[in-house]
Formats: sequence, C-alpha cells, structure tokens
Amino acid sequence: MTTEAAAPKRTAKEYKSSYKPVWCPGCGDFSVLSSVTKALAEMNVPKEDCAVISGIGCSSRIPAYTSVYGFHGIHGRALALATGLKVSRPELTVIATGGDGDGFSIGGNHFIHACRRNVDMTYVVMDNEVYGMTKGQASPTTAPDWDKSKLTPHGTGVNPFNPMAVALASGANFIARGFSGDPNGVAKMIVEGIKHPGFSLIQILSPCVTFRPEQRDWKGMVRPAPVEATDDSSRAARRLMSDDGFNTGVLYYGHRKVYEPKLEEKNTLAEIEQGFAI
Amino acid sequence: MSAESISIAFTGAGGAGVMTAGQMLLDTAAKAGYYGLMTRSSGPQIRGGEAAAFLRLAVDPVQCPDDRMDMHLAFDWMNVERFSAELPLDSNSIVICDEAAGDVPEVISATGAKIFAVPLKDTAKSVEGGRLNMVGFGVVGGLLNLSEEAVIAIVEKALKRKGQEAVDSSIAGYKAGVELAKTVKSDVALSAAKAKDTDRWAMSGNEAAGFGALRGGIRFCAAYPITPATEVLEYLAPNLEKVGGTLVQAEDELASIVQIIGGSFGGTPSLTATSGPGLALMMEALGLAVSSETPVTVVNVQRGGPSTGIPTKSEQSDLNIALHGMHGDAPHIVTAANTINDCLFTTQWSVFLAERLQTASIVLTDQSLGQSRIVDNKPADLSFFAKRETVEAGVENYHRYAVTASGVSPMAIPGTPGGEYVADGLETSTDGRPSSAAEDHAIQLDKRERKLADFDYGDHWADIEGDADMAIVTWGSSTAPVREAIKRVEAQGKKVKLISLRLLMPAQTEKFDEALKGIKRVLIIEQSHSKQFYRYLRAYYDLPKDVKLFNRAGPLAIRPGEIVEQIESWS
Repeated sequence: MTTEAAAPKRTAKEYKSSYKPVWCPGCGDFSVLSSVTKALAEMNVPKEDCAVISGIGCSSRIPAYTSVYGFHGIHGRALALATGLKVSRPELTVIATGGDGDGFSIGGNHFIHACRRNVDMTYVVMDNEVYGMTKGQASPTTAPDWDKSKLTPHGTGVNPFNPMAVALASGANFIARGFSGDPNGVAKMIVEGIKHPGFSLIQILSPCVTFRPEQRDWKGMVRPAPVEATDDSSRAARRLMSDDGFNTGVLYYGHRKVYEPKLEEKNTLAEIEQGFAI
Repeated sequence: MSAESISIAFTGAGGAGVMTAGQMLLDTAAKAGYYGLMTRSSGPQIRGGEAAAFLRLAVDPVQCPDDRMDMHLAFDWMNVERFSAELPLDSNSIVICDEAAGDVPEVISATGAKIFAVPLKDTAKSVEGGRLNMVGFGVVGGLLNLSEEAVIAIVEKALKRKGQEAVDSSIAGYKAGVELAKTVKSDVALSAAKAKDTDRWAMSGNEAAGFGALRGGIRFCAAYPITPATEVLEYLAPNLEKVGGTLVQAEDELASIVQIIGGSFGGTPSLTATSGPGLALMMEALGLAVSSETPVTVVNVQRGGPSTGIPTKSEQSDLNIALHGMHGDAPHIVTAANTINDCLFTTQWSVFLAERLQTASIVLTDQSLGQSRIVDNKPADLSFFAKRETVEAGVENYHRYAVTASGVSPMAIPGTPGGEYVADGLETSTDGRPSSAAEDHAIQLDKRERKLADFDYGDHWADIEGDADMAIVTWGSSTAPVREAIKRVEAQGKKVKLISLRLLMPAQTEKFDEALKGIKRVLIIEQSHSKQFYRYLRAYYDLPKDVKLFNRAGPLAIRPGEIVEQIESWS
C-alpha cells in the first residue's frame, strides 16, 4: 500500500469513472454514488487498493461508475464475491453495494452469514423498497399493502424484512441508516463503516422516483435518531422495536472478533507430501 | 496356493469399525511391501446403516477392484443383501462370520462360498476393551500371515491419539483374532511382497485432488460439505493454512463458488470441490467466471443421480451437466481423472489450464476414485503451476478484454495502479464497459472460444496405450478396469488399443482422429444409464462404422472380467 503521508490528497471526482449511469433522473442512487466517492476521497484510499463489489439491480451498477477496481457479478451474490476477495487479500478496502432485492431476497442467506462471519468490509444497501430494473415489483422491504405491482395486485400481504434487526441478530459489527438526500452525512457514515473493524451494514433510504414516486416524501419523514449510537446490542434491539424505519444515524457498533485468517507460509509442498509416504 | 493379487471384503453395521479394519489391513500390507487399494460402499445413514470395505492387495500395482472376492469377513449380517450385488463371491471364496449372528443369508449361501462361523463377538468380549473389528482384522491377518510387527506399528499410528490403553486392547483383540484364524481352513495366500524398499504413497483420490490443487498453485478455497467430495475440502483446510492460503466454510454452494471467483479476482488461484447437486447450484456462477474471464477450478466428485440419488456410491453421470450445464455460449474446460492417483495430476493440470486460459475448469472424478485409498508408487511431479498473464503497475489505456493473438487478455490484479477495471457478467466492450452491441458480443464470444480452441494441450489430453485395429474409448474411473482387461487379453495374444480422454472440453477432434488412425472397431465403456459419454463421442468426433457400447448405471463397478468378455464376444 502507498504511504498515506506521502500520497497526494485525492478528490472525490478522481474516484468517479467517465460512464454515465443508467439510472432514471431523480434516482437516489446518484447521490449515494457521490457519497461513496466522497468517502473514498476523505480516506484518500489509493484507487488500486479499493474494490467495489455488487450483484444485480439498478444500484448494483455502481462499481462501473467508480474508478477503483470493481466486480459487477450475479444477482444476490455481492457479499460472497466480496468475502472471497477480502479474505484472500486482506489489505484491500472492500465495499459491497446493492439494493434491497439483491441483498435481502435472493441474497438473504449470504446477508445473514456475512453478518455472522464478520469479515472486515462495508455493505452499502440502497433500499428503495422495489425491484426497479425489472420495472416495479415488490421487494422484501416493501410494505404488505403496496398494490401497484402487476405481480402482486393485492399487495404482498407479507411482513417486510427488517435489515437492521436481522443484521443485529446475526452479528453485524456496525449498523447504520442514512438517507440519500443527505450525501455528506452518508459519506461520513461510510467512512465510519469502513474504519470500524468487521462487517458494517449501511442501509441507505434511496428513493425510486419512477416506480415509487411517493418516496419523494421521504425527505420530510427522515430524522436523525434522537439517541447516540450504542455498543450494547440489547439496547440497540430495544430501539429497533420502536423504529419506524426513518431514524437515521449509527445504531450500533460492536466489538466482535473479526474473521481474518492469517496468511503465512509455514511449510513447503515437499514437506506436506511426506504425509502420503508409507 | 499363493496369488499375485487377492481380494477381501469386510462388511457390517455402520459404526462397527468396518472401514477402520479395512484401512488397517491396507496400511499393514503397504508396510509389508505390497500394493493395493480399498474401495468403500455404504448406505446413506451415518451410523447404524450398512458399510463395506472392499480391498485388493497385490504384489504389483493395481488400480481397480478385481472380478471376485477371495475372502469375506462379515461382522454381522445387517442389510448384507444391500451389498450382495457389489460382493462377487463364488465357490472358491471363503466367508467368515460370527457364529452368534444368526442364519447365513440366502444371498451369501447361494454363492457356494465356504462358510466358517467363528465366535467373533464372544472373543471380542473376552478381551478387556476388545473391539469386534480388531478381532475380525486379526482373523484375516492370521489367515494371511501378516507380520505382527507391521500390524503393531500401524495400530500404534492409528490409535496413538486415543492413548496407550486403546492401543494395547486393540493389539490384544487382533492377537485373539489371529488365534481364531487357526480354526478356519483357507488357502487364500498372497505371494511374497517385492516393494518394501520402493518409494510408495498411500492416499485417497480426494486427498490426491487436494494435493494436486496445492501443486497447481491453489491458495484459496471456499467449501460447502457434500458427499462424496468433502474429503477434498477437509484435506485442503489444514494444508492450505500451511502454505499461506486459507479455506472458508461457506453458507451454501451458491456462496462457495462465488467466493472463489472473488478470491481469484484478487489474484489468488482458487478452487472448490462438490458433487452433482452442488455443481447444479454452481452453474450460474460458473458462467460468470467464464464471462468475466476469472479463473476458477471446481472438482466435481460424481455420485449416483439425479437429485439426491445415491450420494454414497459412484456413477459417471455428471458428464452432461459439466459439458453443457451453463446457459449461453460458455466455453470452458472439462477434464476427468482416470485413476485414483490421477486425481492428483488432473486437478493440478486443470488449475494450470484455468489460470492460463482465464476460464472455469471442471474436474470430474467420482466416488469410486475419490473415496478409495490406493497404495502405489509415488507419482511423478509434472511441473504445472498456475501462471496467469497479468499487467504491470502503471499500465496505460488498459483494456481488460483486449483482443490478443492468443485470445487471452492480460488481467489486472487489484493493487496494480493503472489497471483498475470492473469485471462483469454483462457482455462488455474490450475496455470492460457494459455493452449490448452485436459487434462487441461477437468479438468477446470469439475471443473466449478461440483462447481455448487454439491452446496446445500437449499429450495430456488423453492416455493412449497400445497399437491395434480395435480400440476401447473410455473415460474416468472406467479406465482402470479397461486397462486391466486389455492386459489380460494381451496375455492371450490379443491386442487392443486404449484411448482414455482426460480433456473432454474443448474436444480435441484432430488429436482424436490421429489416435483412431488404423482403428477399425471401437468399443466404448462407461458407467451411465443414458449413455452420456457415447452421445458425447457421437457429437464431437468421427467414429468408425463398427462401434459397440458397454454401459451401465452405477453403483456397480465395471469389472475387468466383464470387459474381457465384451472384447472376446466381439471377435
């Protein structure tokens, strides 16, 4: 890694690629992209030492809009990709990104186990409570009575998934919620998430103005949580019980052991093959 | 009368120590200078089901089970009918059983084998801490005149962890068994060993695949357990740690395959192992590896399918999914190990190919190779080691998917300044930008196909032996019985050529044509009910007019004698 002191200060713009995003005008993800690049600039990470990893969906297109290394993989598997990369290259800064469908539905099992495993990486989820890329179906975080999708004309009737509660129960080491309308606040939160050891979940409410135009009202609904972050998981759990989904800020920071195997060569293959000798 | 090779079966309830007795017998014979192998068969239960260890001990190297059993030691008669088809006894065989185990089942007595009922259980009870399996091992050891010194050394090695008391009671049990053997009349005997001072290895096919992975350069593995592949992963877990790598136990196969793609994207040669159901789950991600040109290797240890099928027993029926399981046009490598030993080289070579060609390679082995243990000469170390084409720091105007002469585009590894790119499952233009343009799709499809098609795979694409106007074309675990059958007919003055394919995809049509020069008749041998290998040959190669197929579903092993019959009945 480049020595931080000697490195020139990079600007957020340097972390952006020249590609024009596929997102609709007004999409919250534009702002999240700028938060990610601001966070990288704030930390002044050498571009080559950072990787942004994603699955499939509108927000999962984000790696190509950055200028660092990236992997736009397959639906639901961002955390598996990121885990393999970080465990075998622990010196890299690894950020996984994606949406609520990618992360909590098709990728739900990986989400639970990434929280449990607690590899040192940051997961930025742009939650808009809808599948946008396939043109507006209910996601795991959609309210049960949302009946605007042809796929679920009477609403899903199914209780929404609570990412923060699942993350807390599964053992994530840092849990926060932000709002895309506050790019500086979100950038600060991402910096905190990256700096905090272990698995960090940052849920960002990021409106889909195309399929969920009513989400434009979110800016009047979000509020900084009235309490400070806690490292007491039972206190965090109690707060989540009365949470309406619009409290922003860091909910929880834990001190769990980080999964980081030591990669040290101790034996030669010639020594190992002796195990087969008669 | 002493023989160059003898076969012995141990059967009993799961948990009775059948496998331990078998393995101790094999290890003792190895110590005494013999070659041999042990295949295993068991029911789906972990404990309380049925288990069988089938051994073959020999003066010279052997690679597959023989046609018949000389000796069968039954610890009990639990569910023995489930094995009877895998246990070829005849009037020259002897069966030793416990006198308290009840009537000899019809499936056993009908074979005409000579049956000796001895007090196995009572003898075990008479020894303090005595175990039934050690008494049974002792009976066989006594009948074969095994060196007691070798037995003691093996028991000590195997049971050291459990303490001296366990060692002592096991040796006492063994000796009591040797005494019991004096009441059994047997003329099964093995000729003198010749290889005591020869450099030999004992390993299972799954361990061999694991070590082959290390030799090929694998330093990251993500693992999800599945029968009969788990031992590959269990071998790699401690040994990767020793060489500066690591293994992560993943939450499922969807994760294990994608984790290794992540590891490989980071520049670390990466591998996983699985079996049919797991391979099915991995297919989407394997397409990602092909499309993003991120090298990965998957060792698929085949078992009976479809669905859960027969998880504990062997079959060669994952060929179709390995060749054609991916959606879209996804050229990749498919290889097959053809002996227990060859699991080492074929895995090593497949890692090399995946890395060299930046694609996915699927190595096919099967339960009869993976879970069998062989004692053989130490295999040669062929130097194939992962060597990926990469770019240097400071590269300018880097195009990750640039069109090159070989079709292989140099890969930037994270940490390399100037090489920053985004790997993608989306089709891209040469610089990695997602593209749905027809032209970009054609360029990348051509490139991904060409890099595999143009590569020179050397002589390793197949094992070709002998010269004749008749050839047997086969693959995987069917190869060893074919090889032995050819040796037997050669002793009668008949010649048959062997062609065993190691590289199944990309198909080596020109080399195959060359190998078939002068061949008038082809006999195809495979262990698949739907003739998957036969259909593959028909699809990719020109065969002579005279073609005969001998196929059958697993789990019954194809035996050398059956192949001899196929050859002789086609004269």
